[in-house]
Amino acid sequence: MSFQQSLNINSLVKSFGDVQVLNKVSLDVHPGEFISLVGPSGCGKSTLLRVIAGLEKQDSGSVSIGGSSVDELMPKERDVAMVFQNYALYPHMTVQQNISLPLEMTRLSWLQRLFLVGNFFTNTKQIKGDILKDVLKICKSLQLENLLHRKPAELSGGQRQRVALARAMIRNPTVFLMDEPLSNLDAKLRIHLRNELVELHKRLKATFVYVTHDQSEAMTMSDRIAVMDSGNILQIGTPNDLYTKPNSLKVAQFIGTPQINLFELIETQNGIYFWGNATTPINLHNKLATALALRPEHLVIETHRLSECDIHSSADIVRIEDHGSELLIHLTIDGFTNKIFVSRIPCSSQHVAFKQGDRIDAGFKLETALFFDSQGFLLD
Amino acid sequence: MRKISLSARQSISGFLLSMPSVILLLALYVIPMICLFLLAFTDYEMGNVVIKWIGLTNFNQVLRDPVFKRSLLNTLIYVALVVPISILGGLFIALLVHARTKTRSFYEVIYFLPVTSTLIAMATVWQFLLHPKLGPINSILKLVGIPAQNFLGDPTLMIATLAAIGVWQLIGFNMILFLTGLSSIPKEIYEAAAIDGVTNSIDKFLKITLPMLGPTTLFVLVTSSITGFKVFDTVAVLTQGRNQSEVLLYDIYLEGFTYAKMGYASVLTLIFLLIIVGLSSWQALHMDKKVHYV
Repeated sequence: MSFQQSLNINSLVKSFGDVQVLNKVSLDVHPGEFISLVGPSGCGKSTLLRVIAGLEKQDSGSVSIGGSSVDELMPKERDVAMVFQNYALYPHMTVQQNISLPLEMTRLSWLQRLFLVGNFFTNTKQIKGDILKDVLKICKSLQLENLLHRKPAELSGGQRQRVALARAMIRNPTVFLMDEPLSNLDAKLRIHLRNELVELHKRLKATFVYVTHDQSEAMTMSDRIAVMDSGNILQIGTPNDLYTKPNSLKVAQFIGTPQINLFELIETQNGIYFWGNATTPINLHNKLATALALRPEHLVIETHRLSECDIHSSADIVRIEDHGSELLIHLTIDGFTNKIFVSRIPCSSQHVAFKQGDRIDAGFKLETALFFDSQGFLLD
Repeated sequence: MRKISLSARQSISGFLLSMPSVILLLALYVIPMICLFLLAFTDYEMGNVVIKWIGLTNFNQVLRDPVFKRSLLNTLIYVALVVPISILGGLFIALLVHARTKTRSFYEVIYFLPVTSTLIAMATVWQFLLHPKLGPINSILKLVGIPAQNFLGDPTLMIATLAAIGVWQLIGFNMILFLTGLSSIPKEIYEAAAIDGVTNSIDKFLKITLPMLGPTTLFVLVTSSITGFKVFDTVAVLTQGRNQSEVLLYDIYLEGFTYAKMGYASVLTLIFLLIIVGLSSWQALHMDKKVHYV
């Protein structure tokens, strides 16, 4: 039983008919790492997971687990476990039967599994006893002991999720593959199970590959995130890397809620740009930029912080969203017609009583701004 | 105007709304059943002006009637042949057809054709196929050295022959039902099973497919049994009950319409209904516990 195996994906290509779903995807997952694959629906993240699991065969490229290629192995031989979006529990089996099935398939021979015939083998009973012991142990760790004899239809969403996890854990796989496992649950349970999954990962120390379309899920759970779009991995990095140094506009826009503020830039002279009706120019030293992006917390509107800002423009407050701990101020900024921007300020600094319709000043520090070229790539 | 309370108004509208189905139910099921039950105790014959109450005489007569006993036995043999063969065969064909992708609809149509055809018309074809001298089936038998058989005349072969035609008629219908059942099994279940190590076809069938087909199988069992017990048209057209090939419904038809003994036929019908209702409710109740519904 060896945990902590690396997972290496080398220029995977997969097409369905004319549609190329994976476009030379490469990814190295460190042993014991929790990596998330995020991206809009149809970006190929689920297909990538299914190729790793062996449920789909790639057109070219290779997958290795623990340094050796698994391309020619069947799903069960790859030592991976998968948790499906709709759990894919066996509806006709009890919780206990669901969880013990993987063990029965590996530990019992074909004849031993046969109804009645199996009883003729002397060790069948002992093996079944061992399986039950393992099942009970897993069930205890996931608080499923009281549900052993229920069928999946009699369980709540969260309980089904746990059963699916237990079924995945029972074989001690080296790699856990999870395909949007929380997306069928209500918001509160989802947050709760996020923490449970992170705890589980810490405890199992196995390699987790987690597919989600929910960037906040990826941000809160993963060691690293791979952002995918139309069959390509755009960027791989820690949640903080992706948030602070997105390598492209797509990543910048996909990561973070509310979305990053995006301002179009028009060059006035060589490398000189103006933001809104700001009087101070931005000098990019001959670099060509077409867009400037600012995280909501970097779009400053509070008077006491504005003095630190390099660039200012006048703005109007359109709407205020009060989240209790923070305020999201929706603004229009002079020079950018018909566009709404969002500024995030903590509620503790609410000594300024902003009102809808207020005419204010908005600005930012140059070091917080991200500049992108016409292809959407980040300028250094 | 006198005020009617809300609850009274609700019960009146409830009553009115249920009227159409209540009337239909009474007219189509309940009243005929009561008439049937009452007729069973009379000597009513079609065309009679006077009806006499004769108590249990008809029932006594049925129990001593050799034709009834024979028809009951024949029907039971017929059902015992048709039900398992058409269910297992239907499931087997459904599994084969389900695995096809491009030719699937072609096979569906082929196997479903017998269900749509009228048996009275197809009986001519069967009569030709099974003809003792001219039929191609006997020609084939002769080729492999088996003497020609009189399939529709030989008392030992007749019920089996009728059952074979019954299977031909039913197997396509059962196949379609099983195909629907197979299509409703989610793909993820098989994928999860593949990861869990359920890889060979027999394991997949025993662990996933068969249990997931439970509700379909129950339905197919009940409908096939009822269809089996209702066998009539093949007998009426192909053997006319000759050489002791009577079945329950044919006996009822003979007594009631050929001999016009309505009272007696009513007793037979009651027995027939009892068997059908008894069997299907037993199957439903007994199997329902074992069957998993999603």
